[in-house]
Amino acid sequence: MPSPLPAAAGLGFKPEHFAAIHQTRPTLGFFEVHAENYMGDGGRPHAQLTALRADYALSLHGVGLSIGGSDPLDRDHLARLRRLIDRYQPESFSEHLAWSSHGGEFLYDLLPLPYTDETLGIVCAHIDEVQQALGRRILLENPSTYLQFAQSTWAETDFLREIARRTGCGLLLDVNNVFVACTNRREDPRAWLADFPLHLVGEIHLGGHDAETLPTGPLLIDAHGSPVADPVWALFAEVLDRTGPLPVLIEWDNDVPEFPVLLAEARAAQSFINRSGHALAS
Amino acid sequence: MHSHPDLIGAFRDGLVTSTLPPGSAADPAEIDRRFGVYRNNVAHSLTEALAARFPVVKALVGDDFFRATARLFIAQHGPKTPILMLWGDEFPGFLRSFPPAAGLPYLADVARLEYARGLAYHAADTPPLTAEALALAAAGADTARLALHPSVQLLRARHAFVTIWAAHQPGAATSEIDPSQEEIALVLRNRHLDVEVWRMTRAESLFIASLVKTGHLLGAAGAARVVDPRFDPTHLILRLSAAGALISRETTDV
Repeated sequence: MPSPLPAAAGLGFKPEHFAAIHQTRPTLGFFEVHAENYMGDGGRPHAQLTALRADYALSLHGVGLSIGGSDPLDRDHLARLRRLIDRYQPESFSEHLAWSSHGGEFLYDLLPLPYTDETLGIVCAHIDEVQQALGRRILLENPSTYLQFAQSTWAETDFLREIARRTGCGLLLDVNNVFVACTNRREDPRAWLADFPLHLVGEIHLGGHDAETLPTGPLLIDAHGSPVADPVWALFAEVLDRTGPLPVLIEWDNDVPEFPVLLAEARAAQSFINRSGHALAS
Repeated sequence: MHSHPDLIGAFRDGLVTSTLPPGSAADPAEIDRRFGVYRNNVAHSLTEALAARFPVVKALVGDDFFRATARLFIAQHGPKTPILMLWGDEFPGFLRSFPPAAGLPYLADVARLEYARGLAYHAADTPPLTAEALALAAAGADTARLALHPSVQLLRARHAFVTIWAAHQPGAATSEIDPSQEEIALVLRNRHLDVEVWRMTRAESLFIASLVKTGHLLGAAGAARVVDPRFDPTHLILRLSAAGALISRETTDV
């Protein structure tokens, strides 16, 4: 079994920041990369990841397995993932409760699924297959969603807990996604978090969102192009009060700023983590 | 009651049509806006991925034209794999037979060049030839057969696609371009992992093509002299060697 990610703040790696990171070697818990960006044969992506990996813990985050889809998993993609994991030995691999491919076509977005007995069986079978193929336990991330399905018979929190119970997978708690999805469903994110099995969380994600306005209230969009919003920091602090220190990732994938801006967000997350450690210790 | 494959299929269809998938639970006044986030996300992320792969094509046609073209291309040739670096090989052919782009006959060749650059960027890592092995090969030793780095690609077009591409790079000087000039490009990745595009003469391209086929420097020089009797490969060999583009034949035969 790989050693776990350190319970500290990490950042999503952006290639344009490589020189800044390599020259200054900032103290960070880990870097996270999207697995699919490192599935070429060679060249700069692998050179950078190799150098990064020598200095930092690594979280590999997949966006292409389509675990929530109705098609069988792409075996070739699983094999590529296995090779990438064998090469870089990341401390963690995570994927999403979502689908992104259908009929052999990749749609490059994390799309929603209804929570039913049928989809529960499909998702669990897919996770079993992934964990078997990769030879390790994975973390599954809660989605940000913009609509619900009338056919859903499971609450999202129960659905995730049951997936973890049946497959043994861990959970990746994206606090921004909780805030986005609950706001969009006109639900209370604190009630969601109260129902969520926090003891299964292996990593937390934080990111920025955009907001539009609908007749019944706000429609939040998981855009990853801005600082973490204040209500999300507040929820994050409440989670840490209950869990103690955890690995925490700042995601900023669009309109990516200079590296110091990202580092400041990670430092802010780290100060929450430090406080939660002291609170538990006292 | 809809089974999961039916729902996913309907959802996928709804991304490109005005039909909503069954079971979307929301205020009817809002459902279009809510589902529209997914429509926008899918169209936007794939269009941006294509634009990142073909930045000069985008610059040549402008943002609006590119977005409209991308939408049609995505509908017909969406990615078959989650590895987007492998997507877009059909884009040059699509542009070649795309009537609205007929006024830019070089567009497909510029797209071909940009796709080749992407392949070079991600090509396998192979150690360059040692100085000793290069000296042996230059002396004509039969045991010293060469190959070219996996990133190396030779492209030929009936248009000035290299000059047009180069004119759209940062810091390029503006000058008059005759688009009808035939050009040959050599695409390769250098030792610093940067992708380079070199303009080749006809003789140089014959030299490269022969080297790829036979692995012999002297024989390749002979092939080039068919079109240029005074062809001297020294400068090109040194340039290829400095870029790390010459590798041992054994490295590729393994």
